[in-house]
Amino acid sequence: MSTFLGMPATRAGRGPSPDAAPGTLGGVGRPEDPLHWGATFPHAAKAALANEQLRRNLGNATSTIRSKRARVVGEVPDWEALRDAGSAIKTDVMARLPELLEALERNVTARGGVVHWARDAAEANRIVAGIVREKQADEVVKVKSMATQEIGLNEALAEEGIAAVETDLAELIVQLADDMPSHILVPAIHRNRTEIRDIFLERMADAPPDLTDVPHELAMAARAHLRRKFLSAKVAISGANFAVADSGTLAVVESEGNGRMCLTLPETLITVMGIEKLVPTYRDLEVFLQLLPRSSTGERMNPYTSLWTGVTPGDGPQEFHLVLLDNGRTKVLADEAGRSALHCIRCSACLNVCPVYERVGGHAYGSVYPGPIGAILTPQLTGEKSDLPYASTLCGACYQVCPVKIDIPSILVELRAREVELAGSSPDAADRVWKAAMKAASYAMADGARFRRAARLPRALRAISRHGVIRRLPFPGSLWTRSRDLMEPPRQTFRDWWAEREDDR
Amino acid sequence: MRIALAATCIADAMFPQAPKAVVTLLERLGHEVVFPAAQACCGQMHVNTGYLAEAVPVVRNHVRTFAPVADGEWDAVVVPSGSCTGSIRHQQKMVLERAGLSSEARTATAVSARTYELSELLVDVLGVTDVGAWFPHRVTYHPTCHSLRMLGVGDKPERLLRAVEGLELLPLEQAEGCCGFGGTFSLKNADTSAAMLDDKVADVVGTGAEVLTAGDWSCLMHIGGGLSRGGTGVRPMHLAEILASTREAPVHPGDRQEVAR
Amino acid sequence: MSDARTEILSRIRTALGSSTPEPGTVSTAVPREYRSLGDHAPGAAEVLDLLVDRLEDYKARVHRVTAADLPALLARLLAEVPASSVVVPAGVEGAWLGALADVEVRTDSREAPLSATELDGIDAVVTAARVAVAETGTIVLDGEPDQGRRAVSLVPDVHVCVVRTDQVVQTVPEAVRLLDADPGRPQTWISGPSATSDIELDRVEGVHGPRTLHVALVS
Repeated sequence: MSTFLGMPATRAGRGPSPDAAPGTLGGVGRPEDPLHWGATFPHAAKAALANEQLRRNLGNATSTIRSKRARVVGEVPDWEALRDAGSAIKTDVMARLPELLEALERNVTARGGVVHWARDAAEANRIVAGIVREKQADEVVKVKSMATQEIGLNEALAEEGIAAVETDLAELIVQLADDMPSHILVPAIHRNRTEIRDIFLERMADAPPDLTDVPHELAMAARAHLRRKFLSAKVAISGANFAVADSGTLAVVESEGNGRMCLTLPETLITVMGIEKLVPTYRDLEVFLQLLPRSSTGERMNPYTSLWTGVTPGDGPQEFHLVLLDNGRTKVLADEAGRSALHCIRCSACLNVCPVYERVGGHAYGSVYPGPIGAILTPQLTGEKSDLPYASTLCGACYQVCPVKIDIPSILVELRAREVELAGSSPDAADRVWKAAMKAASYAMADGARFRRAARLPRALRAISRHGVIRRLPFPGSLWTRSRDLMEPPRQTFRDWWAEREDDR
Repeated sequence: MRIALAATCIADAMFPQAPKAVVTLLERLGHEVVFPAAQACCGQMHVNTGYLAEAVPVVRNHVRTFAPVADGEWDAVVVPSGSCTGSIRHQQKMVLERAGLSSEARTATAVSARTYELSELLVDVLGVTDVGAWFPHRVTYHPTCHSLRMLGVGDKPERLLRAVEGLELLPLEQAEGCCGFGGTFSLKNADTSAAMLDDKVADVVGTGAEVLTAGDWSCLMHIGGGLSRGGTGVRPMHLAEILASTREAPVHPGDRQEVAR
Repeated sequence: MSDARTEILSRIRTALGSSTPEPGTVSTAVPREYRSLGDHAPGAAEVLDLLVDRLEDYKARVHRVTAADLPALLARLLAEVPASSVVVPAGVEGAWLGALADVEVRTDSREAPLSATELDGIDAVVTAARVAVAETGTIVLDGEPDQGRRAVSLVPDVHVCVVRTDQVVQTVPEAVRLLDADPGRPQTWISGPSATSDIELDRVEGVHGPRTLHVALVS
């Protein structure tokens, strides 16, 4: 394919950067490519770090959810066994994906659903828009869905004159503020209650004028705003958390009841789902419905989970379309080392424990998939050169909490190796400098005698040290000394000391 | 026991007081320490930065140098670093296999099976927690990410510290949070690294400790640099340096022991 | 341009290469060392206490009654709302509503459904349940005649759910294995009233789904 995501192959403008703040509400705007927007990670991170409000919002939110998760995970005596099972089930799914997708299609069709296949975002958007047009609807209600974020469905529908109304509270906040989600589970995590109140007052026509920033009041304003839309919508669009191959059952996990409204009241339901979201059997849900809520919202169980199979006569939507989306997933699948990124069940536990995410937030990643999982998923989905694999200290906190045991640090290292390969022919000066430095270091560090000489080199820096530390170095050493001192190198390396000691014996 | 010391490249060149302390400590406990001079580096920096091809000669050199432990010439290899031990245990085999060096990959596995981070060696292999140390100072301990999560050393370092006479161990807030070093992360994402460092420095200062200790000089170099820049007066010291200190031969906070033998 | 289905399936097979197993085989042994049974039998006192604790933790209101006292309880709960109208699925036992006074009772079924707007004008709903999970404080409805269409237990603002004690299992796997008999039924798993944590991860109970959930636990 010569185009990716249905976007032009060249991407002159990468969309707004997080430090630009169009509009009074500080939304970052809707980018052209939901998987690749904004400034480079280090630049976007720098801008985010300068935003004290953002850092406070993120710090509070992530520490709250971390402790909630830890508490409810600690309650489960067989948590590790559940993780082992979840990981193995997903490995099995990937290995048998064609067979399982065909089974899902067969079972959904047998129960009155219609299955569509979409190679990329443009094709998925065309399919969905076509169905909505056929229903002569100019407004659809939506359940929060990462897949539809990833393909920019709302924007595609808008071009067809169809208004997509996000009904999840956080998605509504993001949509009203002309913003982008910054978290997989809590898209408006970067906003505090006061900012949300201001967004509602400015952008929600029926918001009570005396609205305060008490979360309960804000939630009630959203309830009132969306109620009429739920009752009158003809078409709803959702994603899916799980699809059961052997029964054709789809599952959506949610909290507010907006999901149930969308999945139940409209006549027509369209579900867009990545091809990796399968589980082989209905029984496998007993694993994931334990792993997901505790890992994501830190609840023993989320308030509502809806499961449906095709069409149930007389109950719920009487027309059901399932759109199976590739959009780069088969590229991820092709890489044996990175394949397990597709095991992700979008719980976002890795975001909440990531020390990098906690400080820079989701927008810095320039993708609808931020955080550690985004850093491995986004570059694999796009296949493009990316700085996201370096947006991690490899501290391993993500791997430790992942409910399906995706070894994110190891995949990050694999992807860094791929970046190095991609940079091999790069004209970029920084890439060439890194390469030269790494080659030189490799030479010096592959032999004891050579290293003996190399290890003495830092001693020269003693000339510029004062009180045992060096406070300022020229570039690139300045990258270090800008924020911290360098401790004075020793007069004698360890190995020279050892050699002397041996001689003395 | 006859124990081979992998000093780590960074400590060898920049913080020799740590491997020296390992020698002092293990000899005091009655063990023989050897330092195979052909060693240089475990290859972690190259691997974690994605330069796998460049990592191959570095990893090969490490594996060849320490191969005798697999044949029983030494009883164990000790590494005063959680992240280097982690790389030896979890990355070296992968690097060699990708380079098609399957026989050396097998050697790497055999070597890594007898390679221990310092606290693992002391507690698990040598079976000691009280190493007879004396260090009358207020100390806080930062569990480095790789020792904590890649190796799972758990509370071994703290058990060792608690057994040190005179030492007051002060709890560190958000101890398990990464300090922001991350090897080349500290250069490639310098601003984020600095933000993480600020938080760690604040938590360390908040303990009221005189000394910050950890099992990795790489992280200590980073946090120590921040502690120094902030004028906090808190001294970074490797766990080995504290455990090496005795009444007879006390080690003082920040003392490099440049002339000590 | 080949059709999307063929192309995607072909891309997957290419991506998997030789690692594709024979159809029908489970390629990876899935270890299922996790608990598939609770420590206590369904309906055991410990299980019931746990369910009550977990439901209340997430702000559901739980009432333990005998079958004989259920009608009076329902009458009291609806009077508390105060509800002038209630909807029940057609399969609900008529006796449950025997003690109601001054409450208009509407019935709903797949054959004679009320519209969403009609449901929106009704104050409360009373349903039965299929199974409840104590450890997670979850009640599952599977759309059978005593539990009704999904819309019925969704649109009215107060949901009174009647659960028999023998329907209460301890663990999620026990419930899933029971539901596995009819996986095609439309299911709603309910754990407390609707809630959101979207504002500063502060949990607020009561959004679009029923803002009040009463559970009548009948022995």
